[in-house]
Amino acid sequence: MLLSMNWIQDFVDLEGIDKLELIHRFSLSTAEVENEIFFKGADISGIVVAEIKSVEEHPNSKKLHLLKVDAGQEELIDVVCGAPNVKVGMKTAFAAVGAQLGDITIAPRELAGFTSYGMCCSESEIGISDDHSGIMEISDDIENGTDLKKIYEIDDIVFEVDNKSLTNRPDLWGHYGIAREIASLAGRQLKPLETEDLSAYDGLPKVDMKIEDPLCQRYSCLQFENIKRSISPVNMRIRLFYCGMRKINFLADLTNYLMLEMGQPMHAFDSRKVGKIRIKRFDHPFVFRTLDGVDRNIDEDTLMICNEDTPVAIAGIMGGLDSEIVDDTTTLTLESATFNAVSIRKSTVRLSHRTDASIRYEKCLDPEMTVTAVARFVKLLKTYDVNARVVSSLTDEYAFKYDKVALSFDKAFVDRYTGIEIDNDTIVKTLKSLGFGVKLEDNAFTVDVPSWRATKDITLKADIIEEITRIYGYDNFQINTTRSPLYPVRADIVKSCEDKIKDILVKRYSLHELHSYVWAYTDELKAIGINAEDNIKLANATNPNIETIRNSIIPTQLCQIKTNSSYAPDFGIFEIGRVVCGVDENNLCVEKKKLAITLFSKTKDIKTLYFELRDMLAVISEDLKNKELSFSMSQPSHGYEHPINCCNVMMDGKCIGEMAIVHPTVGKKIDKKASIVFAEIDVNDLAHIENAEIVYNEPSKFPPMDYDLSLELPNGMLYENLAVCWKDAGDILKNTRIIDTYDSRELHSITVRFEFSSNERTLSSSEVQTVMDGIISRLNDIGVKLR
Amino acid sequence: MKDQIINLKGELDSKIEGIADLIELDKIRVAYLGKKGSITQLLKGMKDLSHEERKTLGAEVNKLKTYAAEKIDARIEQLKLAEIEREISSMPKFDVTTPTNTDRGSYHPITLVQRQCEAIFKSMGFAVEDYSEIVTDYECFESLNIPKHHPARDMQDTYYLENGQLLKSQTSAAQNAILKKYGRALIENDVPIKAIFPGRCFRNEATDACHENTFFQMEGVMVDKDISISNLIFFMKTMLSEVFRRDIKVRLRPGFFPFVEPGFELDISCLICGGDGCPSCKHSGWLELCPCGMIHPNVLKEGGIDPEKYTGFAFGLGLTRLAMMKYGIKDIRDLNSGSLKALSQFADDE
Repeated sequence: MLLSMNWIQDFVDLEGIDKLELIHRFSLSTAEVENEIFFKGADISGIVVAEIKSVEEHPNSKKLHLLKVDAGQEELIDVVCGAPNVKVGMKTAFAAVGAQLGDITIAPRELAGFTSYGMCCSESEIGISDDHSGIMEISDDIENGTDLKKIYEIDDIVFEVDNKSLTNRPDLWGHYGIAREIASLAGRQLKPLETEDLSAYDGLPKVDMKIEDPLCQRYSCLQFENIKRSISPVNMRIRLFYCGMRKINFLADLTNYLMLEMGQPMHAFDSRKVGKIRIKRFDHPFVFRTLDGVDRNIDEDTLMICNEDTPVAIAGIMGGLDSEIVDDTTTLTLESATFNAVSIRKSTVRLSHRTDASIRYEKCLDPEMTVTAVARFVKLLKTYDVNARVVSSLTDEYAFKYDKVALSFDKAFVDRYTGIEIDNDTIVKTLKSLGFGVKLEDNAFTVDVPSWRATKDITLKADIIEEITRIYGYDNFQINTTRSPLYPVRADIVKSCEDKIKDILVKRYSLHELHSYVWAYTDELKAIGINAEDNIKLANATNPNIETIRNSIIPTQLCQIKTNSSYAPDFGIFEIGRVVCGVDENNLCVEKKKLAITLFSKTKDIKTLYFELRDMLAVISEDLKNKELSFSMSQPSHGYEHPINCCNVMMDGKCIGEMAIVHPTVGKKIDKKASIVFAEIDVNDLAHIENAEIVYNEPSKFPPMDYDLSLELPNGMLYENLAVCWKDAGDILKNTRIIDTYDSRELHSITVRFEFSSNERTLSSSEVQTVMDGIISRLNDIGVKLR
Repeated sequence: MKDQIINLKGELDSKIEGIADLIELDKIRVAYLGKKGSITQLLKGMKDLSHEERKTLGAEVNKLKTYAAEKIDARIEQLKLAEIEREISSMPKFDVTTPTNTDRGSYHPITLVQRQCEAIFKSMGFAVEDYSEIVTDYECFESLNIPKHHPARDMQDTYYLENGQLLKSQTSAAQNAILKKYGRALIENDVPIKAIFPGRCFRNEATDACHENTFFQMEGVMVDKDISISNLIFFMKTMLSEVFRRDIKVRLRPGFFPFVEPGFELDISCLICGGDGCPSCKHSGWLELCPCGMIHPNVLKEGGIDPEKYTGFAFGLGLTRLAMMKYGIKDIRDLNSGSLKALSQFADDE
């Protein structure tokens, strides 16, 4: 919203105060002011009123005229002018030689063979309107040579307040409310609004008006006739223009002026079209043409202003084309009303049509304002058009009143909330300057909230704190640390697990952490041969491609692998992120936090890569939990997993994740030759597995003894089946390790080293042999042969 | 025999001199000092001599034996040294100025910034909390004093799911749960609530270089008996000075958020120009950084905490924005691009 400092100064005397500093304080205490401040008229000087004394056609140009103008000097001035509206006797704005007009300094200038000693200006050239159709017309009664700035408010400081920062301040949507803030900040008095006493019209007939819907809170109206003026006064037009409002005609301009001044939207109807005002909703949808000529679909929830049963305006949003004031309108009805703010906002959204009026109504305007606004309107109307006559009494229905808000608190409350000392006098003075009623007794305050702050803005004591502190100024706060007691803080177990996992993967395995979206990108997945699995969907996705929430990070990660396949011949990526595994019995999403790892290699064979990943997971588990992971062969649970080489990742007998080689169909679409493997682990499950304690084993002082066995395994036998054979071999068998393997289609052979030692004695070969004999016999039992 | 001793010595000297090989040298040792070696033989021959001769010649032969042993050892040392010198000179000088190959991994920039912030808060006794991404209307709005008809709830801003839940549009969605989790210790044992909760948030909006539908925030709350606005400003200034590792000027402006009262927009002095005004702060000298405020009494109440007894502050820090500021990332979409060209550059920089 654009604001004029001149307009504000109608209501508060700011003589001797630095305006820029004041605007800066306003920004820090009330609402955000945009950086750029406009110094209107600052680049304009030397423009005077001049009368056109003669007009001659230019011999060489159809457009140009040769003028002699009286600019209040002894001699007439020769001017060459291209404006179409020049005529003898007309007074206009004249930039004499030496005058400043924006970047231009006026100097004598050749125009098609004649010298022009100055320039007649359009309003647009002076910057006070966008009218450049002709030179400015100035009323006859102004003396020639008068500086234009003496008669018109060309000089002004205009600043813009960010509308978003006024969301909760219905009172700041007009200059008067802004002036109240400025007055408070400047420590000056706010002047009362000059209004007409409407009781003078009490004897006149009422307007036929009735609120038939609770969405209308208050409706005030008054009828006028005999309005002769059609063009608004220059100063009014300048203010409207500076504040970004288009000029229309006097009456429309005046309603806009009132809205910008008081924040109260107003509307004028042709009384011929609107005789019986009814405010209501319709029980059926219909099409309604607004005054901008657009046909709009009105539904059953949209409040309408009607002439009996004929809609004439969308309440609080825009008037209709049919009831608009036209040239031959003689009698008009002025509306000043308030409506339910939520209803207006929702209608605006449904109609996709926000207007200056609806923006204000959305904020919960003060219904107390409607009648004052009418009284102010009458005052201004009569000032600018002496012929105008009021022909009805004030007709006002006040259907919904906000509760009066009164708040009590004590000084200690303020002290506690602020943490600094703000004395009672300052508190009282601040609140009074903002229009609050304040009573103070024994450090106890009772505050009456003014109606313009009581529609939703201020309801609690804490709201009063804001009023006191913002005017006090946050820059003036002495700042202090807290005096809260100290207690230990325990780290969240899942968080610290996450941190450790990331460190291992980045620092030990040189993996790269990536992020991805929480939804499955259906199209991208399709491109690598994955169908996004059915899962809960977004209800309002703007794009069907991102509708389904992912149930695993892996598919996304495979897409990322494809995107990055030229990044390096070997790389791995990981992410710790959320997935959703359907909904639970309460219809709430089952959200899980997963660690996903995918490895890509063009140099390693698939088995090497698969085992690299397996060992990576094992290291994570050992590092985090001091526990060994185990892997159990499983059936693939997703289409993108390899049908044979996929497995469950187990810890403490619980499945905490999966690991697999990519399905060749998908793999080939990512890269024809590369090896790709992946794993996904439930981070919560992993984090909540109890750590195994460290049990210290005294190193043995006696020599260890190794025993190697080369074994031939029957087809399909797993190492874990072998290991059963020495599981209970006794405590002198300390460790086993595979020292050699040989894989071929027919024969699977393996050499295992058994490491024996004792802390009590040097082992004899015969006792080791006894243990080994037992193991060998059990191996024979399951069909394993020695080689 | 005396001549023999002298001859042997001469012979030994000339032989050792000529040897350049440890194996040959050992053969000489055997030839002179071995069991059948000539010096050993001489010693053995002593028994045939007279007592007098034994006395004088014995000493001579022993001297020769010691001489021979030392001479051979010295030669061994010499040869070993020569061997090492040969090894040294045969090794080429390696070019270590060639490019190194670290093949280091990388953290996501959000992780780095988040860790940095978490460390600061942990050092000030804050708990770091984690919270789900999918929340209920109650968590995201109702418990935060955002009434049913508030514009923030409009469909166009929030991603709703088929079951009525939503993707959290702000980290504040965890506030109610955190107040409830720590409220008891506050009320019963006077343990102040101090927690931060970083997390991923979602807004249903079109993306461009400055807008993302998925981004990270970090919210923090502190609740105790006398937490004041003065504390809030102090805290924000201290915390942000730690984050940016320099003395940061802060200023507060009124800002409206339903879950705080009073609510503020916090600006910091521009990091580029230090407050003098430059293009990156649009010549204002200030950067709008984070919303904050005193927790709204209704929010405290909803969290089971009596607003007449306790006050608190809350703030929200845009981690995504911080990461972009810190690393000079111009396009917000780079962060979720999954592109290793962009994202493999971020190593642990603490």
